[in-house]
Amino acid sequence: MPLNIRTYHELTDADRSGLVDQIVAQRRRVADRLASVRRVVAVLSGKGGVGKSFVTAGLARARARSGQAAGVLDADFNGPTAPQLLHLPVTSCTLHDGVIEPLVSAEGVRCFSMTFLVEDGRPLAFRGPDTEAFVWRGALEAAALREFLADVAWGALDELFVDLPPGVQRFQELTELLPAPPAVLAVTIPTPESRDAVRRALRGAIDRKATPLGIVENMVGGPFAGSAGDELAAEFGIPVLARVPFHPGDHVWDAIIQGAL
Amino acid sequence: MKFLCVECDRQMQFEERRLPGDGTLAAAFRCPTCGRVVALLTNPMETQLVASLGVKIGGTTLPPQPMEMVRGMVATGRDDAFDDARERGPGSGPSWSTEAQERLARVPNFVRGMVKRIYLDYAKDRGIAEITPAVMDTARTELGLEGM
Repeated sequence: MPLNIRTYHELTDADRSGLVDQIVAQRRRVADRLASVRRVVAVLSGKGGVGKSFVTAGLARARARSGQAAGVLDADFNGPTAPQLLHLPVTSCTLHDGVIEPLVSAEGVRCFSMTFLVEDGRPLAFRGPDTEAFVWRGALEAAALREFLADVAWGALDELFVDLPPGVQRFQELTELLPAPPAVLAVTIPTPESRDAVRRALRGAIDRKATPLGIVENMVGGPFAGSAGDELAAEFGIPVLARVPFHPGDHVWDAIIQGAL
Repeated sequence: MKFLCVECDRQMQFEERRLPGDGTLAAAFRCPTCGRVVALLTNPMETQLVASLGVKIGGTTLPPQPMEMVRGMVATGRDDAFDDARERGPGSGPSWSTEAQERLARVPNFVRGMVKRIYLDYAKDRGIAEITPAVMDTARTELGLEGM
């Protein structure tokens, strides 16, 4: 005779673990922390080596120079570079009223990065079982992103730039954590290979209701041939915000900030 | 996560949680009608997966600590990553036994400040005057502090 087993939703007593409630509380903490951030801008490309971090730092510094408040969340946990690009020394993070103070560059850009937390010259490694790490590592990195958003005292910002690693996974995690989809800035170099990778990432971002601000074509005028910026702009109906040459001066970033962005 | 005592058709109640320190977890649930107890046992990978989500089986009993998951789980953290000294000024909190201090000193610096704060809050909330290794063990189990 089959057992009569009621299902989860038929059990009406509270689930003391309250796992769903715990997740909801985590999301609420993120939303509360970012309530004073006017706009979150995810800088993505889907392609490695196109200069996302370089562009992120250039724009954040220009935003700060213009007198506005900017922050950079370095979401590239396995290859963090934002502090170096913002000329930030690595010093201890201080805690204040249950949150962690971001480090602030001489120009006033607030930044938080795995660089501040992980030993020099060592990879980001997590404690845990030696085998099957692929099962849980992604969840741990997503949790780290949540804590970078929720536990850093970002304060009132006009713009929080999120410097994403190559690929689309971190962007997906970001959109799930934020109360609303972020604005997206796509960075490409001129080549067709970059265009194809960025196309996938942009399509994924739009599928997740993100607002594409435009394209920044980086490393223009050098050895890379192609017109990825124009082609992507035409395909998605968004502007090419800038064509950034090798070794751009501050005026290039300032022009982007004072212009369309 | 819920457990049903099929024989009694009653939802079982969370009873206690144990962390043996080998990466596994045990959570006991009791049937309020017949008193039968079952234990949920997770292997290290399953325990890690739950911990990765930043949730605790049996519920949370402490407010979230800043960077709790990162500080608890990163194995390659810088010793000087966090300056915890400024977080808590001097006060009349619980004292630490010599053995407890020695044990705390073995905790990596990356996470030590947070662990210390958790134990202090635990002792304070319960009116415990001195933190000993036994208090640390109890707190660790009650609060679900795997590896701390």
